[in-house]
Amino acid sequence: MDMNAYLSMFIDESNDHLQSLNENLLRLEGAPEDISIVQDIFRSAHTLKGMSATMGFEDLANLTHEMENVLDLVRNNKLKMDAFIFDTLFKGLDALESMVQDVINGGTGKADVSDIVVNLQRIVKGEHLSDSPKADSSSTQSTAASVEKVTALDQFQSSVLQQSIENGHQVYFIKVTLAETCVLKAARCYMVFDVLENTGEVVKSEPAVEDLEKEKFDRTFTVFTISKINEEELVKRLTQISEIETVEVSALDVDTLATLSVNTTVTNDAPIAKQETKQAEQATANKAAAPARAQGAPVANRTIRVDIDRLDSLMNLFSELLIDRVRLEQLASEIKRNELTETVEHMARVSSDLQNIVLKLRMVPVDTVFNRFPRMVRDLAKSLDKKIDLIITGAETELDRTVIDEIGDPLVHLLRNSVDHGVETVNERIAAGKPETGTVHLRAFHSGNFVFIEVEEDGRGINKAKVLEKAISKGIVTKEEADRLSDDEISNLIFAPGFSTADVISDISGRGVGLDVVKTKITSLGGNVTVTSVEGKGSKFSVQLPLTLSIISAMLIKLGSEKYAVPLTSIVETSIIQKSSIINVHGNQMIKFRNSVIPVVSLSQMFESPDYDESQETEHEVIVIHKGEKLAAIIIDEFIGQSDIVLKTLGKYLTNIFGVSGATILGDGQVALIIDPNALIK
Amino acid sequence: MAEELKVIVFGIGTEEYGIEVDKVRTIERMMPITRVPRTPSFIKGVINLRGIVVPVLHLSERFGLEESPVTDHTRIIVVAVNEMEVGFIVDSANDVVDINEDDIDTPPEIVGGIQAKYLRGIAKINDDRLLIMLNLAEVLNKNELVQIEQLEV
Repeated sequence: MDMNAYLSMFIDESNDHLQSLNENLLRLEGAPEDISIVQDIFRSAHTLKGMSATMGFEDLANLTHEMENVLDLVRNNKLKMDAFIFDTLFKGLDALESMVQDVINGGTGKADVSDIVVNLQRIVKGEHLSDSPKADSSSTQSTAASVEKVTALDQFQSSVLQQSIENGHQVYFIKVTLAETCVLKAARCYMVFDVLENTGEVVKSEPAVEDLEKEKFDRTFTVFTISKINEEELVKRLTQISEIETVEVSALDVDTLATLSVNTTVTNDAPIAKQETKQAEQATANKAAAPARAQGAPVANRTIRVDIDRLDSLMNLFSELLIDRVRLEQLASEIKRNELTETVEHMARVSSDLQNIVLKLRMVPVDTVFNRFPRMVRDLAKSLDKKIDLIITGAETELDRTVIDEIGDPLVHLLRNSVDHGVETVNERIAAGKPETGTVHLRAFHSGNFVFIEVEEDGRGINKAKVLEKAISKGIVTKEEADRLSDDEISNLIFAPGFSTADVISDISGRGVGLDVVKTKITSLGGNVTVTSVEGKGSKFSVQLPLTLSIISAMLIKLGSEKYAVPLTSIVETSIIQKSSIINVHGNQMIKFRNSVIPVVSLSQMFESPDYDESQETEHEVIVIHKGEKLAAIIIDEFIGQSDIVLKTLGKYLTNIFGVSGATILGDGQVALIIDPNALIK
Repeated sequence: MAEELKVIVFGIGTEEYGIEVDKVRTIERMMPITRVPRTPSFIKGVINLRGIVVPVLHLSERFGLEESPVTDHTRIIVVAVNEMEVGFIVDSANDVVDINEDDIDTPPEIVGGIQAKYLRGIAKINDDRLLIMLNLAEVLNKNELVQIEQLEV
């Protein structure tokens, strides 16, 4: 069978599982007692193992298998998580990630993981903590059970069953015998389990589920189950599965349960009772969590993966439809027939709904970028010997896919900066009278047509005097300019190109590692990044991003017969000025605008307009645009109005056209160019 | 045995030119063109080709020939070369012919004022027609575009 067809699916799914492993391990680190998390982890690991074995990535499968062994002990309460186990599991995860990465890069996914495997095996054997009584007792317990080889329940299972009987649930002991002719025994078992899990919960099976999956049994297996339905119904449902010979269902009560579990109920009454109540609590906690998950699971399954190219072509097709719609509306208004007008109006409504959906399809929650940060911050803090809490809010905020793809690196940069240079070491923090653990907030939220992402930390803040000193010595600002700068303006100097050099990092408060790169990247996405900082209290980096790169709000203008679009984001104001108010300064045309003098740019001259010349007018329509702090007034012919436009490139043949950043298609099907205001301001 | 080529035949002025069929995306009637400022004069602007913005050149001007007026026969031939999509304005496009690769001769230095590097060769069809085969990669050479821009500035 050709596996290549499945490879991309494998890669996608492995990444998903690795990600969820990572997240859940982190969660578990925060709440080591929560067995439901271990269940989640186990499930991901198990699936991953199965997938990689199917695809023939043996090393991947082996390592996952060893990790699974450890997790299995943990979820059965036979092993307690500790720092060593966490570290080994994290290392195992890293190895898995690099293997999958190797597979993505066309490799075979092979890697030497013997160290990790040895450690994992030691954990399973309980050797890493030989003095741990818990591990010892569990191993004896499990050997005892395996020696007896009877249908016996361990304490945990029997207590769960007991609890359910007391709560009025039905508990059954089921013996299933498969037909002799049965070919896919594992599949039939799966179907039986499926029925049981749909109606209740399987507590124990003999042989174990893993063995059943591998068909390591003859024809009969037994199951303890808690069910919502009655005996008859259960028999009926189970016998409906084909190739099943007999199904024996017997209901259990407290007494029979006691005899069944008596085999393993050994000495030490008091501690066991204690343990049992604890386990029972956990069991109920598990149950409480289970329905919540059950509700979550189908939602997760309701997504499909779509190639981004297909979404792009959907978008293109849709914009064609939009153009035809406008044309139809025009025709309908000319023809003036009621039926036609009504139909066209209906079509307009439908297509605007469609537009919303098409645009939404491209939106992805920022969580897809954020989800790798907790791990990164944890590792970074550990290696720097700092204590840091990363608090993420607004991970569900949605952004266009193209933006999402690009903001990962800049955000990593900002976070690393905050962790590395912002938050102080534990000693420094105590000396400054702050709590030992530093806090880094990562927030995302909508505001207007923008999404803001903030990275805020309660560290040492930016030393403004040193930033100024550095900026002056680097020639970024002159001394005279420096005197006029506000505090925030000084902080933002750290984004200036040329500000950051390696020696700055240790010199001043340590900001400025490639921050100009961050700024360039975000600006190229049509966004902006600023920093505010209070010395000694911390700093806040604020990244402003457009909701989408494919649709922007723009002001449509006319220049004679030609139409252009100006992005709304760079417009400060539109107004009408008198020709007489234009003053000549050094041969440059300027006007007064809000207490300052700004240059006037003639668009018709810039763009060599064939049929418009404003020199005959006494009044000019102008758009005041900004590039950072700089302003300029652009003289145009006429305003058309504000509109949402779909961005298109000019193609590969026309690149670097002066003053034009792209094109859009207007309602009448004509192409209008989008003006790049940055080019018009020198 | 040399390969057979399917060639789209189009006219500029009195001459006939050819482009291989597999390089041609579509042939369109004349449509509104949006001027792109500060580009060489042979770049007429951009058109909306079913939702995609495509630049359009006037081929005769590109070769430094006289620009012919737009008529009912004027067509825009959209070609795709090196992942670029570009439209050519031509006086007419009305024929598809099969030619044998052997029938393409290397061009003489100057043909109708067009520099030889833009040409792939000259093909003879039916003894009485001469077809000028274009070297599209060279016609759409962007380095030259940059040079032209610098000259004009």
